[in-house]
Amino acid sequence: MSQVNRLSQGGRIDRSRQLHFTFNGKPYVGYAGDTLASALLANGIDIVNRSFKYSRPRGIVAAGAEEPNAIVQLGSSEATQVPNVRATQQALYEGLTARSTNGWPNVQRDLMGMVGKLSGTFMPPGFYYKTFMAPASLWMTYEKYIRKSAGLGRSPTEPDPDSYDHINQHCDVLVIGAGPAGLAAAVTAARNGARVILCDEQEEMGGSLLDSRELIDDSPAVQWVDRVIDELAAMDNVTLLPRTTANGYHDHNFVTLHERCTEHLADSAPASGSRRQARSRMHRVRASQVVLATGAHERPLVYANNDVPGNLLAGAVSTYIRRYGVAPGQKLVLSATNDHAYRAALDWREAGREVVAIVDARANPQGDLVAKARTLGIPIITESAVIEAKGAERVSGARVAKIDATRFTVAGEVEELACDTIASSGGYSPVIHLSSHTGTRPTWRDDILGFVPGEVKGLTSVGGARGVYPLDDVIRDGIDGGRQATQAAGLDANAVTGLVPQVSAREDGAACALYQVPHLKPSMRAPKQFVDLQNDVTAAGIELATREGFESIEHVKRYTAMGFGTDQGKLGNINGMAIAARCLHRSIPEVGTTVFRPNYTPVTFGAIVGRHCRDLFDPERYTALHQWHVEQGAEFEDVGQWKRPWYFPRTVNGKKETLHEAVARECLAVRERVGILDASTLGKIDIQGADAREFLGRVYTNKWAKLAPGRVRYGLMCKDDGMLMDDGTTSCLGENHFLMTTTTGGAAGVMEWLELWHQTEWPELDVYFTSVTDHWATMTVTGPDARKLLAELTDIDLDKEQFKFMDWREGTVAGVPARVFRISFTGELAYEINVQANYAMHVWTALFKHGEKYDLTPYGTETMHVLRAEKGLIIVGQDTDGSVTPEDLGMQWAIGYDKPYSWIGKRALSRSDTRRTDRKQFVGLKPKDPKVVLEEGAQIVFDPNQSIPMSMVGHVTSSYYSPTLGHGFALAVVKGGHERMGETVYLPMVDGKVHEAEIVSPVFLDPKGERQNV
Amino acid sequence: MFHIYCPYCEEHREEEEFHPKGQAHIQRPADPEACSDEAWGDYLFFRDNPRGVHHELWVHAVGCRKFFNITRHTVSYEILETYKMGEAPTVTAKSVSEKDKQAGVQAATGGWQTVGARPESEALNDASNQGARV
Amino acid sequence: MSDVKEFDTRPAGSPSAESPLAWSFHRRGTPPREAGAGVTLREKAFLGHMVLRGGAIVLDEAVREVLGITLPARPNTLALDDSGERSIQWLSPDEWLVIVPGGEEFALEGRLREVLGQAHYSIVNVSGGQTVLTLRGEKARETLMKSTPYDVHPQAFPVGKGVTTVFAKATVILRRPTEDTWELVLRRSFADYCYRWLLDAAAEYGVTVER
Repeated sequence: MSQVNRLSQGGRIDRSRQLHFTFNGKPYVGYAGDTLASALLANGIDIVNRSFKYSRPRGIVAAGAEEPNAIVQLGSSEATQVPNVRATQQALYEGLTARSTNGWPNVQRDLMGMVGKLSGTFMPPGFYYKTFMAPASLWMTYEKYIRKSAGLGRSPTEPDPDSYDHINQHCDVLVIGAGPAGLAAAVTAARNGARVILCDEQEEMGGSLLDSRELIDDSPAVQWVDRVIDELAAMDNVTLLPRTTANGYHDHNFVTLHERCTEHLADSAPASGSRRQARSRMHRVRASQVVLATGAHERPLVYANNDVPGNLLAGAVSTYIRRYGVAPGQKLVLSATNDHAYRAALDWREAGREVVAIVDARANPQGDLVAKARTLGIPIITESAVIEAKGAERVSGARVAKIDATRFTVAGEVEELACDTIASSGGYSPVIHLSSHTGTRPTWRDDILGFVPGEVKGLTSVGGARGVYPLDDVIRDGIDGGRQATQAAGLDANAVTGLVPQVSAREDGAACALYQVPHLKPSMRAPKQFVDLQNDVTAAGIELATREGFESIEHVKRYTAMGFGTDQGKLGNINGMAIAARCLHRSIPEVGTTVFRPNYTPVTFGAIVGRHCRDLFDPERYTALHQWHVEQGAEFEDVGQWKRPWYFPRTVNGKKETLHEAVARECLAVRERVGILDASTLGKIDIQGADAREFLGRVYTNKWAKLAPGRVRYGLMCKDDGMLMDDGTTSCLGENHFLMTTTTGGAAGVMEWLELWHQTEWPELDVYFTSVTDHWATMTVTGPDARKLLAELTDIDLDKEQFKFMDWREGTVAGVPARVFRISFTGELAYEINVQANYAMHVWTALFKHGEKYDLTPYGTETMHVLRAEKGLIIVGQDTDGSVTPEDLGMQWAIGYDKPYSWIGKRALSRSDTRRTDRKQFVGLKPKDPKVVLEEGAQIVFDPNQSIPMSMVGHVTSSYYSPTLGHGFALAVVKGGHERMGETVYLPMVDGKVHEAEIVSPVFLDPKGERQNV
Repeated sequence: MFHIYCPYCEEHREEEEFHPKGQAHIQRPADPEACSDEAWGDYLFFRDNPRGVHHELWVHAVGCRKFFNITRHTVSYEILETYKMGEAPTVTAKSVSEKDKQAGVQAATGGWQTVGARPESEALNDASNQGARV
Repeated sequence: MSDVKEFDTRPAGSPSAESPLAWSFHRRGTPPREAGAGVTLREKAFLGHMVLRGGAIVLDEAVREVLGITLPARPNTLALDDSGERSIQWLSPDEWLVIVPGGEEFALEGRLREVLGQAHYSIVNVSGGQTVLTLRGEKARETLMKSTPYDVHPQAFPVGKGVTTVFAKATVILRRPTEDTWELVLRRSFADYCYRWLLDAAAEYGVTVER
């Protein structure tokens, strides 16, 4: 049985190109130009899914983005799985493989359907809240089963073979939607010289004109479409983006467009020659002006069993017949409230199928299309509606009755008409989703029975998007909107003449308001009347919600799930509001609408991520010595965005050292001989100006007035709340010239901090800051043999009296101009050599050439941490967390209490909170068991026998095993710790063990600093 | 994604280039030592959070690295003005409300679902609704 | 500013030097030369880079005297000397980037300091910290559109413009010294990331790297 519903002629498909595809494992054939939905309908597939909550069989309802049921999983291989694809928006391609996303084990024979039948009664709105929330601990159990039956597909478990792209666009006028209004707006703006982007979500541009019966300039409307697109395509100032959905409308006219570059061709992007192309592309558009030409979505009527396959939107019926040559049934009943919907009956009849009746809710319909239907002898039943569909897996009949919409009652006898298809139309809702993304509220218009976009700066709505429906008005509106937008973008917009085409005249009668169709039984007892098919929300559910006291539409939405998820209220929102309004005895605008949110249709993660993935996920910053580290087999650690060598494992007897072994070896090498560290990542800021010294005095806690050229000082930087934010050394290069160093992670923040104070509080100070972090490479040579090694390579006098601890000198090292700083982060004799980064590798390798005889050992950040911790030297961000003052650290020696200017952080140190004696203070911890290395982050208590929850008095900030000391040791903050030296504290662990430790000085090694001062 | 006019670069730039730095015009007390704990606490920790016009300090971090002020409407997110450090805003909450009053614009009271609708609170307190809800 | 410690960071001899992109070229080589490549990249390594800070009027006199270039006072502009080898770019109302042939920078700093005397200004040599990467080719602009949110349309980015902006997740200085050339001034530590990004973004157009 192939393509039973395909008409013998018509449509914009290419019948000479057959395409093979599978759906739920079965092979089918369609044509080029089909969507997956039109191909499924052509092949007579009624059931495409099972519903979300009740597991009812569902068929295709719509022909566009508003489709609630036909949501499929694509992909022929595991790596190319794509969930959440609307069959109505997916072009058919050779080999397309699709599956239903719901239905277990399959859509035809659904086990969960049995549950659905039972649970229908048990799953009223709020069911999840009421049933599963208590006890909360059981939710995990329930969830597994619910998830199995629910959800809209699954993500692939293998890496995606495709690449995705982002591109930044700027334009004067972005036109969203290439139907009649959008085309007219775009060509108007373009002819006036504006930079124009025109995007449209469909495979072809043209919008409603692609299935229109109307004539423009006496020929079929599509010929006008072709002419306009040809003109636009030839213009340099125009970018045409078909297959591109405007998914998010963000602040200040920033719009994200999602272009499906190859998704209509294959599962995975075909290569173009040897060059890779992106599967999709996110356009990040900054538009001076946006023209919203998104048209309108048809509203279905809400009647009993309106979800049985064979219930379609009237407009969708027309689209499938006229655009795809598919008539999705044999016998049609049309239930309508407006003239435009009559097209479905006329197209059905022209396709050679039987129109059983048109059921019109109006008393006396009178338009041109109505007259045409009458002429064709199609029975029209007035003041009536389809109140219930019959059938289980496909419509078998329509129950029709006279209704009284105002009293919400059935007003006459019920007649059952045999049919297999019911098309309904309750009017049109302008597609206002994008304008709502901006946060603006839409405005209700009684004359068009719909919401139109609220006011957004820089936005012009045209055509159906603002409730203008007759084609000639739409085109004129598009031209006007295009002109307005061009002018608003600051361009002259008078170049356009003679554009307005002639449109065949058509008189439409007035529509009437009908949302939920009354049934003989009250909503609660009538067969289900679905409002939101994707989320299985019924009219009865909304009624129940209002009865249970939910009066705000936002609450009703959350209680019932109406308009949730990927649907975002496209099909059912207005109907749902109308029902809530009826129940609450209010008008629709009083009830209001929920907020539509980005994205308009689902977007794959790939498209969002673009190229920012894999090794381009985040910048990796390298020092000038990176290649050497890699070649030495270093293990790396991320420090901010930097890749720093963590440790340098050696291979001993064919076995690679562990972290612990390598660090022990590196530590001893520094303590006993000499080691070298790449410290290039430290932030470095060159400071020049007559007031540089004064400035330093204000941003550091300690004194800078007397630091002489050639000297270096360690400084602490606080925020004005008195909490430490960064530390580092600053060297006096000249009387008005300093070089500040910052922590690796703090570099950018400190630079901005200095500029903040200079620009906002002290602009009168003459000082300039320039980052030189990347200019200098820094190598720390440290250990007892450091002087001997450096002496072999430098012309600087290294004599301990000439070049003291905390001095710096300039000269050459290995023939390269260098500044050498005698500062130590290890507690050993140390020289920090700074050379211009381009020469770093030369100097570094020269050091190793000469260092061989001293067993010069490269060490990484882990060893650096151990060595500094043995000396009680802090690392900002590890031992501090933004709640630690210099006093808490016991660093009163670095606080200039008597400096004349009230430096940043000073005042805060005398607040009552910072004066508390029970503040957490920085101490050392010596575990009683020398083999124990405490866990970083472990909580500290004074009394291990107290009941749980225990009163926690601090935590471990740093903890290591010291190969030098031969035992584990830690740094910690403990309440009142400075006064508790020698006391025992306890660290209860998760496994029930309780460690004991003694509070000691944080300086574990060489408290007098003799080793670094040699 | 804001589009921000940098008064130093004299052109609009993408929000990615900027960092927000909190409320503008917070001045450090000239003599901190003379401040009470309370006054100092106010300077450190307390900030306005208006619904409407707000003056904010921003920095053009990936650009000229200059700090400047933005007057922004916290409901519409519209940037009403940007101005350099040391300058006073010409658009303020007061100037905006006066302009609205002159133009006959009804100030939003919040919570309205659609333009032209009554506020929820008012609708809920309506006597006829109360009756209907029983 | 006097009382500033000037320091020539270039060695007198000729020890081997490595540009910020040396590691990138070493690690992945350069893509094979491709006929019809849409984008051509080339590193202009080892140039002299200096950051000048100070008042525009004071600095303008000095650079005109010493370099023969008028200080570009308008935001986001770039001025070149006749040879095109020396340039000054506006970075901020009190900050300019000077790029000169490698080796000229220290002498230039000295001459500028001489002329500027006791004025309030700063000059900082940053030659080791950044490098210049040029982009040419039919698809250079599109590659940039994938990389930076700044508008690179010729209307918005004419020759003689230069801006500091976002590039992928890094920061670059982007400039257009001539009709068909774009220059990226990259920070050393971010150079490899930016280079890899460009190769990836331009792959669909074909990329050639000139060495």
